[in-house]
Amino acid sequence: MSTAAPSPTVEVHVHRDDEGSRMGMWLFLFTELVLFGGMFLVYAVYRFKYPLEFQLASTQLDTFVGTVNTIILLTSSLTVALSIAALQKGRKAMAQMLVGMTLILALAFLVNKYFEWSHKIALGIYPKSPDLLNKPPGEILYFGLYYTMTGLHALHVVIGMGILLVMMVFVSRGTVHPGHTTRLEAGGLYWHLVDLIWIFLFPLFYLLH
Amino acid sequence: MEQEHKQTPGQTAPAHGEGYGQYLLIWIGLLALTGLTVALAGIQLGRWIIVTALTIASVKSLLVLNVFMHLKFEDRTFRWFVLVTIVTLMIFFVLTFFDYAFY
Repeated sequence: MSTAAPSPTVEVHVHRDDEGSRMGMWLFLFTELVLFGGMFLVYAVYRFKYPLEFQLASTQLDTFVGTVNTIILLTSSLTVALSIAALQKGRKAMAQMLVGMTLILALAFLVNKYFEWSHKIALGIYPKSPDLLNKPPGEILYFGLYYTMTGLHALHVVIGMGILLVMMVFVSRGTVHPGHTTRLEAGGLYWHLVDLIWIFLFPLFYLLH
Repeated sequence: MEQEHKQTPGQTAPAHGEGYGQYLLIWIGLLALTGLTVALAGIQLGRWIIVTALTIASVKSLLVLNVFMHLKFEDRTFRWFVLVTIVTLMIFFVLTFFDYAFY
């Protein structure tokens, strides 16, 4: 649309259905919810079968690191929501800055995750490690689920960063502009989903002991 | 590019009428709920800990879905779709637990 005739007198009709675009994004998010939902189901069943071992294993995670990462993700959801509002008000530079802040927060989340995982691996707790295999079955399952679920979530953080980076380019090129913010909104929806999943991962792995 | 972008039929108005303040308020609420759930984890609540933690997580999710994800500004169809997805997931959980919890 932005590459259309520069003369304001020429009316170029481009078919657009913003509501339909957002609905499409939501339908995609539902598939993501079911993907993670299946994993939460496995978690629920094994937690039910091994309640004490899950409790014991969860005390080995650092609640402080988990809390910091929760605050980081919640704040990044705020900055992406603000960026959409800013762009809709026509404040392009502010919108770009807010998407940039979201990216920095996402990176901070991953750095934390890296140190957290490294620490666990240094302690000998990683899938199929001799130390872990010596533990009772419930703890093996707990840490298996911990690595799988937070790992898949971290992968979504990386993908989300890629999407937001593309949005930065779109905003700076004017492909996404105050009159057409649907793409940024869809990118934001994806980012909020990543936050939403973490809202459940955090208590289930860090707090229930 | 700098010309006025007029709305044509089929394009919803981009401005939902919400300011920055509402988002900041929701963010503060989310942080407060995070603090609450962490504080409660330090108290021995026994089996109630799962219920309280999941209730708080659900409240946080509703805030994110409704405000950050704009569900409350969207057409009612969106909310029905979300509800159907959540109910479907709940059915998976309940039916699975028939095999584990009630035998």
